[in-house]
Amino acid sequence: MEIILNTLISLSLLGVVLAVILYFVAQKFKVVEDPRIDEVEACLPGANCGGCGYPGCRGFAEACVKAETLDGMFCPAGGNEAMKNVANALGQTATEKEPQIAVIRCNGTPEKRKKTTKYDGPVSCAVSSALYGGDTDCQYGCLGLGDCVAACTFDAIHMDEESGLPIVDEDKCTACGACVKACPKSIIELRNKGKKSRRIYVSCINKDKGADAKRACDAACIGCGKCAKVCAYDAITIENFLAYIDFEKCKLCRKCVAECPTGAILELNFPPRKEAVVEKASETTEIEK
Amino acid sequence: MLKTFPKGGVHPGENKFSAGKPIETIELPKQVYIPVAQHLGAPAEPVVAKGDVVKTGQLIAKSTGFVSANIHSSVSGKVLKIDKILDTSGYKQTCIVIDVEGDEWLETIDRSAEIINNTDISAEEIRAKVAGNGIVGLGGATFPTHVKLSVPAGKTCKYLIINAVECEPYLTADHQLMMEKGEEILIGCKLIQKAVGAEKVIVGIENNKPDAIKHMTELSKKFEHIEVNALKVKYPQGGEKQLIKSITNREVPSGALPIEVGCVVQNVGTAFAVYEAVIKNKPLFERVVTVTGKSVKKPSNILSRIGTPINMLIEAAGGMPEDTGKIVSGGPMMGKAVSSDKIPVTKGTSGVLIFPEQIAERAETYNCIRCGRCVGVCPMGLEPYLIKNMAAVKMYEELQAERALDCMECGSCVYVCPAGVPLLDYIRLGKANLNKILRAKKS
Repeated sequence: MEIILNTLISLSLLGVVLAVILYFVAQKFKVVEDPRIDEVEACLPGANCGGCGYPGCRGFAEACVKAETLDGMFCPAGGNEAMKNVANALGQTATEKEPQIAVIRCNGTPEKRKKTTKYDGPVSCAVSSALYGGDTDCQYGCLGLGDCVAACTFDAIHMDEESGLPIVDEDKCTACGACVKACPKSIIELRNKGKKSRRIYVSCINKDKGADAKRACDAACIGCGKCAKVCAYDAITIENFLAYIDFEKCKLCRKCVAECPTGAILELNFPPRKEAVVEKASETTEIEK
Repeated sequence: MLKTFPKGGVHPGENKFSAGKPIETIELPKQVYIPVAQHLGAPAEPVVAKGDVVKTGQLIAKSTGFVSANIHSSVSGKVLKIDKILDTSGYKQTCIVIDVEGDEWLETIDRSAEIINNTDISAEEIRAKVAGNGIVGLGGATFPTHVKLSVPAGKTCKYLIINAVECEPYLTADHQLMMEKGEEILIGCKLIQKAVGAEKVIVGIENNKPDAIKHMTELSKKFEHIEVNALKVKYPQGGEKQLIKSITNREVPSGALPIEVGCVVQNVGTAFAVYEAVIKNKPLFERVVTVTGKSVKKPSNILSRIGTPINMLIEAAGGMPEDTGKIVSGGPMMGKAVSSDKIPVTKGTSGVLIFPEQIAERAETYNCIRCGRCVGVCPMGLEPYLIKNMAAVKMYEELQAERALDCMECGSCVYVCPAGVPLLDYIRLGKANLNKILRAKKS
């Protein structure tokens, strides 16, 4: 009985003494953290995707609190809504940004782009592109080994088995840019999502001369310049035999899409075109006349 | 007891089918494709334009820095275009395309077969001629030779080691060159010795070439301070650091150059090229290429002009075998599979190997079973399985701490791996990325 009592008393005493010491130590080494960091962090999605350029959501929150203005700070995963909440928490105003999405600038399906060699190395675009230009004659195109799929933390990009090309899930993609960094061929680009998610872009990055590009892939941009000529808004530039559509200038008129001889310009989420059929019909009648 | 290096190493099947086959020349191609980046370092800058008429041996691209090399025309004819052409790198690179017309050599080149033993040339002049004639290391790494011949101030070179090991299976180009041009090689050695100020020249030959050892030992008696050493047959005996360890028992520190331990290593083919450049004033525009393989009808050693498409060499060796699965430029251990049979021969092409389909394919990959054989065979004492995993998950600081940059990519680890893990693919990727990071940090 006595032993139990002694043990209880001595342990309790020890506990009290250590608690007092710990209290003073905690006071001495107290880290004062801005409570707003927690507030800001609560507004963020918590995906830690790194799309903002900071190490995780906590890092971004700290940076937001430290920064004087929110200019240039943007959380792509949370979008404008999250930034608005952050701005409210900090009593500042957030700059609105057009929502973006990742697009795949290669349309070289197996039918259009014939395989010329067989690659049996590791399933990794980075390894394959370090070895050679790829298993087709196009040294710019998608290797189809899925480094972008592995890089995506939102499960928003998948390989399409039929085409061998990645497909971006519009609802899930946050434009964090992880796939852009992972792609050794720099095929993926972040572009404005556009009204009603409608987009027009050149789905090719082949910088070879037209004839070489066409030989390698039927869907290649051959740099003919027809799209640039037809564009009324100066949105299309041709450099190194490759067209590029500036998404800030593009008014989504779709004229270039019809003009492209190889079908390298893609239009997404547009309603099926009626006018084009009518136009063509009138053209033919004119010729007949 | 033959000299060798202590750590690791493997002994793959030798398969030297083309051994003893005399060096032959083939007819000139109709067109040559001469890449401007055939060496380690900055690519050369073309000095000819479309339509220019060039002679064999004429300078067509100029070196753009100290670590760079001149490129000379390998044929006479007209420059058709300067265009992007697929080469050994697997990507389209800038090439000078020349339409061949006749074979008119520059008058300054001495084309006689007479052997001139004249080493009464100053070190500066030797270096200038080597640099001017675009000589690079012909062992495969294609490091500009004049850089190696310029011993930095404060360093002295005691041994000049001539790498005549040819430890890669299949290849016989150096072996055959020694048998046919032994004396010229030794004069070349004396010239290099003079340029670097070495006390002694040691020629290292693997023991599977007894005829070459005998022949070179016989010839070396005519010269002072040249010694021939027979080395144990073990891959990679011809690795620079391994060769120094085998011959001098000196160890090159991690990240340092051989000159740190008083050695300069040159390939035997380079020694011959130096002889031709200095004595005969002949630029480096042709080299011996071994064309061989298990199904090749006529394995050969061919003296090929730079820029010849490799399918011409394959034709000369009896044509493309029907069961071809892979064409490799270089040796089977360190060489690179090529994606077209039209890629041009460059200064670094030591061999064109043709593998039948059944052995061309990679083995199936299983998980690492932690047997440690890759660690056992690594001649640099590294842990390939660990470095591979670090490279795959981008742990670059750890990679540096594990001395990943010491890896010379000899491929011994992949050769022995029972699980068929693509170790070297990832190690190479990790090294490249780590180098990029280090360069970015420096600037």
